[in-house]
Amino acid sequence: MRWLETCGIAFAIVLCAFSNETQAQSPYGIGRPATAAEIAGWNIDIGRDGSNLPEGSGSVSHGREVFAQQCASCHGEKGEGGLGDRLAGGQGTIGTAKPIRTVGSYWPYAPTLFDYIRRAMPQNAPQSLSNEDVYAVSAFILNLNGLVGADAILDAKSLAAVKMPNRDRFVGDARPDVKR
Amino acid sequence: MSSTTDPDNDSATTTRRRFLTAGTAAAGSVVLGAGASVAAETDNLPPNVPEWMKAPGEPTGGQPYGTPSPFEKGVVRNISKTLKQYISASSRTPLQELDGIITPNGLFYERHHGGVPAIDPAQHRLMLHGLVERPLTFTVDDLRRFPSESRIHFLECSGNPGYTKPYGKTASDLVGLVSCAEWTGVSLKLVLQEAGLKPEAKWVVAEGADAAALTRSIPIEKCLEDAMLVYSQNGERLRPQQGYPLRLFLPGFEGNMSVKWLRRLHVTTEPVYSREETSKYTDLLPDGTAREFSFYMEAKSIITRPSGGQRLSAPGFHEITGIAWSGHGKIARVEVSVDDGKSWQDARLQEPVLTRALTRFRLPWRWDGKPAVIQSRAIDETGYVQPTLAELLAVRGENYFYHNNAIWPWRVADTGEVTNALA
Repeated sequence: MRWLETCGIAFAIVLCAFSNETQAQSPYGIGRPATAAEIAGWNIDIGRDGSNLPEGSGSVSHGREVFAQQCASCHGEKGEGGLGDRLAGGQGTIGTAKPIRTVGSYWPYAPTLFDYIRRAMPQNAPQSLSNEDVYAVSAFILNLNGLVGADAILDAKSLAAVKMPNRDRFVGDARPDVKR
Repeated sequence: MSSTTDPDNDSATTTRRRFLTAGTAAAGSVVLGAGASVAAETDNLPPNVPEWMKAPGEPTGGQPYGTPSPFEKGVVRNISKTLKQYISASSRTPLQELDGIITPNGLFYERHHGGVPAIDPAQHRLMLHGLVERPLTFTVDDLRRFPSESRIHFLECSGNPGYTKPYGKTASDLVGLVSCAEWTGVSLKLVLQEAGLKPEAKWVVAEGADAAALTRSIPIEKCLEDAMLVYSQNGERLRPQQGYPLRLFLPGFEGNMSVKWLRRLHVTTEPVYSREETSKYTDLLPDGTAREFSFYMEAKSIITRPSGGQRLSAPGFHEITGIAWSGHGKIARVEVSVDDGKSWQDARLQEPVLTRALTRFRLPWRWDGKPAVIQSRAIDETGYVQPTLAELLAVRGENYFYHNNAIWPWRVADTGEVTNALA
């Protein structure tokens, strides 16, 4: 009996040693390892510097076509807004009494455009556009705002290189800002 | 209906009584539609025996999941009928109809950015990756295996309310994007430790499994302080509108950061600068600069009774009551003025006074029947005093949009009608 118990414990120790090493270091041993393929499938975060932007590219002209089909019904043909946000114009209004917040006038980083369109647009079918289409729509919206030329083709490198006009206008949280 | 009730009476019975009084002036009974009759109001009052005592009531278990009395059907979420769309939108808690500090789950405010997803918990996963020693995925059952904890905290939308007119008529119209519940889940710190944080970990990017894949970056300090992964609210599993089957919860931070339908935590060195934290939830100042990563909801209070849309029935005794809260900790004091801000007196705080939770306050008041302006201001444990709207506007301007925690006064007319004093 005692021998059997000893054997059992020894067997368990050996099993532990051969099980996934990562589990052995976890305080509770709950969960299972996330594989690189699983993470690659789910991680759609694009950094402000363009990190994690996928391969591929898209042109303003192709973006114009995709935008007309997928976006214009809510955002207007030229991004003037409607059911959805206004996307174009407004530059120079942000410091006035009637600021018009658009991609061109307010957004600090161009790669965020790719990130947001891919994850959340079009609202009726998010994550349905190909990466090429997302690059193209991003290029078209930047073109509507005068930030890239009509012949521009954007990819990971060139999208990250677009400097947004309002980039340096964001500051930290200074609250409490009413003091007695 | 519920917005025009007498604060001294139950809303539904009051409305019914008014209707019956009007209809029964001569005959003592009223005929409704095709012959349906309703007893005179006095039939169930002393010295008569009420009708509901003369026959058995509904059988036990007639409602497997209980709902409020039909007489309370007016106590519902406050949903604007004029929004452009309802996929990215909000609905408000009817604060002026509620007592205590806990918001019933069916009345908890909503703010969705891509509608409410219908998630099968068996097919839901939380992925934890990035700057960790061991990237992990968890099922909801996995997360329920961790040591659990329950805490009572408020949750408030950052835009509650805006700074510009038109201002709302009722307490709900004004600040109904705040609610409070008991949350149950696991400390986020435990789950992060399970994966092992690398030394350069400074932010955690949280993503929801909704159609907006809503994304916010959370500083690591908050993740290790009091953040929770929540699966239950007020004792039952989260409602779909609150993130079923799993949400992040960040006590005291603006509501959208407590990402619902949580599916991914990405540990990073810097924020992801998502659309929500750059183009949306940033606070625009008059000089054209905008504050970013403005997380905390500052101290705030509002009188919920008597409040806008209600009517004092007569001069005499009326309890003034309301709620106060602060993202920076406990409420230390609530002061109430009944003379348009000339003098202030301490309200009594209902125990327990909890950190980052609604706190109920009360002040006995004898209304003399003359016009009055009543208001409350909260002071939290850091000493911060809730400001006036004018003080906020002077610093922030009208386009700041978020984090309006102004004192909101109510005007009581000589008729007893209560209205927004700033509208």
